[in-house]
Amino acid sequence: MDWLDAHTLARIQFAFTVSFHIIFPAFSIGLASYLAVLNGLHLATGRAVYLDLFNYWKKIFALAFGMGVVSGLVMSYEFGTNWSVFADKTGPVLGPLMGYEVMSAFFLEAGFLGVMLFGRARVGPRLHCFATTMVALGTFMSAFWILSVNSWMHTPAGFSQNANGQFVVESWLEVIFNPSFPYRLVHTVLAAYLTTAFVVGGVAAFHLLKMRLQKVALATPERSASQLAVRTMFSMAMWMAACVAPLQILAGDQHGLNTVEHQPRKIAAIEGHYETQARAPLILFGIPNSKEERMDYVVEIPYLGSLILTHTLDGVIQGMKEWPPSERPPMGIVFYAFRVMVGIGMLMLGLGFWSLWLRHRGKLYENVWMLRAALWMGPSGFVAVLAGWVVTEVGRQPYTVYNLLRTADSASPIDAAAVAGSLIAFVVVYFALFGAGTVYILRLMRQAPDTGHAELSVNEPVRAGGIVPPSALTGAETLKGQP
Amino acid sequence: MTIDYALIWAGLIAFAVLAYIVLDGFDLGVGILFPWVKGQAHRDQMMNSVVPVWDGNETWLVLGGGGLFAVFPLAYSIIMPALYAPFIVMLLALVFRGVAFEFRFKSRNNQWFWDLAFAGGSIVAAFAQGVAMGALVQGIPVVGRAYSGGWWDWLSPFSLLTGLALVVGYALLGATWLMLKTEGHVAQQAVRAARVLGLALLGLIVVVSIWTPFLHEHFMRKWFAWPEMALVIPVPLLVLVCAVLFFKGLSQEKPLMAFLSVQGLFVLSYMGLLISFFPYIVPSAVTLWQAAAPDKSLKFLLVGAVVLLPMILAYTAYAYWVFRGKVGPTHHYHA
Repeated sequence: MDWLDAHTLARIQFAFTVSFHIIFPAFSIGLASYLAVLNGLHLATGRAVYLDLFNYWKKIFALAFGMGVVSGLVMSYEFGTNWSVFADKTGPVLGPLMGYEVMSAFFLEAGFLGVMLFGRARVGPRLHCFATTMVALGTFMSAFWILSVNSWMHTPAGFSQNANGQFVVESWLEVIFNPSFPYRLVHTVLAAYLTTAFVVGGVAAFHLLKMRLQKVALATPERSASQLAVRTMFSMAMWMAACVAPLQILAGDQHGLNTVEHQPRKIAAIEGHYETQARAPLILFGIPNSKEERMDYVVEIPYLGSLILTHTLDGVIQGMKEWPPSERPPMGIVFYAFRVMVGIGMLMLGLGFWSLWLRHRGKLYENVWMLRAALWMGPSGFVAVLAGWVVTEVGRQPYTVYNLLRTADSASPIDAAAVAGSLIAFVVVYFALFGAGTVYILRLMRQAPDTGHAELSVNEPVRAGGIVPPSALTGAETLKGQP
Repeated sequence: MTIDYALIWAGLIAFAVLAYIVLDGFDLGVGILFPWVKGQAHRDQMMNSVVPVWDGNETWLVLGGGGLFAVFPLAYSIIMPALYAPFIVMLLALVFRGVAFEFRFKSRNNQWFWDLAFAGGSIVAAFAQGVAMGALVQGIPVVGRAYSGGWWDWLSPFSLLTGLALVVGYALLGATWLMLKTEGHVAQQAVRAARVLGLALLGLIVVVSIWTPFLHEHFMRKWFAWPEMALVIPVPLLVLVCAVLFFKGLSQEKPLMAFLSVQGLFVLSYMGLLISFFPYIVPSAVTLWQAAAPDKSLKFLLVGAVVLLPMILAYTAYAYWVFRGKVGPTHHYHA
């Protein structure tokens, strides 16, 4: 197994740990904003339903956020343990950006999280709303800085290199607002919002379908309050989908044009073009054949490739053969991952528009097929985010800092055995712990929002400890026990 | 006069690490003491005493690591591979105890497992931190701009001793925190634990302090050569003062006094370490000026630190204020 050297193992480890990590922020960035909106709406309107929903999603946020924190802590040390040459060389440029992330985002989130989760009764609704907003702001600041770091690795700018081979900064503005950063920031934050919208929509759809089956919709005032909460949740999620999905496709298009300009090899892999051509078709599907340097079994639409990437019919798109094999990213992974991402994006757009139509006809909450589709699309955002992440990161290969520092030259001088050992440990621990966390989150989601306790629970302790009453997790029993 | 940004940053990173030790130290300590307190309600009480603040405490560790990457990238890229195993173990242990905060309260059936994860994670993380610190103190072989040793070099009698010392020290911090924040059975147990742990920690501080100067010649000069000695002599004297105050706090039932004097012991031990290290960041190999990023990077981040760190300290203090007071057996945070 010659190929399984320390450097390859370090790459597998990074891909694994970052993929696990990104799932949580992708969700918590959107959810923090959603919580801030709910809290603000409750403050502004005084309607109990918003506080009910806040309390419902708060518990799920606490779990997702906790897992994001600990998996992120690992990332902040992994640069040093596994990628020490990269750390030494890029530290003067990227380190301060991460330093700003810690100081302006992580502390803000952590400092106000306690107040947001447990402090409502102690600080009152206004300060509580403020704390929630600070947590949401923190998640956004975190995305801002870390995406600036990531974007700089794709489109480095504003630097020079010193005698030690370190990158040193010439202009901080050019470093931070490097050419791909604005596009990547918008595209990624919108992705986080969409991911959250579809999770919220999926959970709401699940409860709407369940209530429909139980036919208890309007049996009691409490039940109707619960139904109102679920409907509000569904309505908000579908508004979000209908508004953000088109924006996201626009943002993705612009990000793509930016990539054409700065990373044409990535585009060649995304498009599946080996040959440079004008009036390029859009390859919908095919199988990259890297040995013979061509696509097999191609399904394509003429002209559309040029139209999308150059916004003209006869624009030239560079093919992979323009570059020697040593400069090429792996084509297959990028090609397929891109199609997964865009496919999901289109489905999201479709569901958003469908929801508008049903809303117009007044059947948003009754159409079973809509609810089923929303349920199944619940986790789709995560898949799209991971696929998009794979497209951009694998498409950057074989470099860590594009065209300047090769991935193979970035790793630590560590024995393969050490990296293999830590990789196995991470895989086992992550699957076990985050698997358990996912189960707990799903259990919380299976509960319908608790209604009518919103302000009561503020004044009166009702549980044994932690964030969620243990009784909330025992399912049917609890439902019986409550009005 | 030119400003020595590297020195300022060495001070700020040192502060971040110290903040981590004094803050996360007590919540790790609560986890370390978990196995010695039986009963679900008592353990709930222990955990509840740190639930609202642990996340902020741990963020100082991210600042320590991230800050090192930013302002001393050479030190970061040498130290992390050298201490590979202890750091990976520490991170995994922190993952276990971090998720345990959330999962424990959500799982009454498998609670024993999350109790184990919380206690085990806390003990292992503390031990790994102590080992990493000891390994750094005893020195790391460097060739050119990279670590040149093997991946077991960190393991030595000295690093194992410092690992043990940190577990005992954090446990003592945790015990005095529980004296301060809880009442009833848990508080009584904490007093008993603090007495034993206090004696053990003082013994370990003495042994480590005597051992350390023999590791490097320049450590020895710092502590035992005149006139440098005159500058450092207050440190052991103040350790003695803190020790006296600690036992006074215990016997007079003044938990705040006990808690603060243990914090004092930590600050002083840490000061002693800094005195030994200076001006090296990797002992006998790399000075802080050699490791520093260019001034442009240091200045840029310093602007942020000057503005943001006071704000961070202010809202951290506010969060502690919001959750002030004791966590009694019937008093619980709830969502």
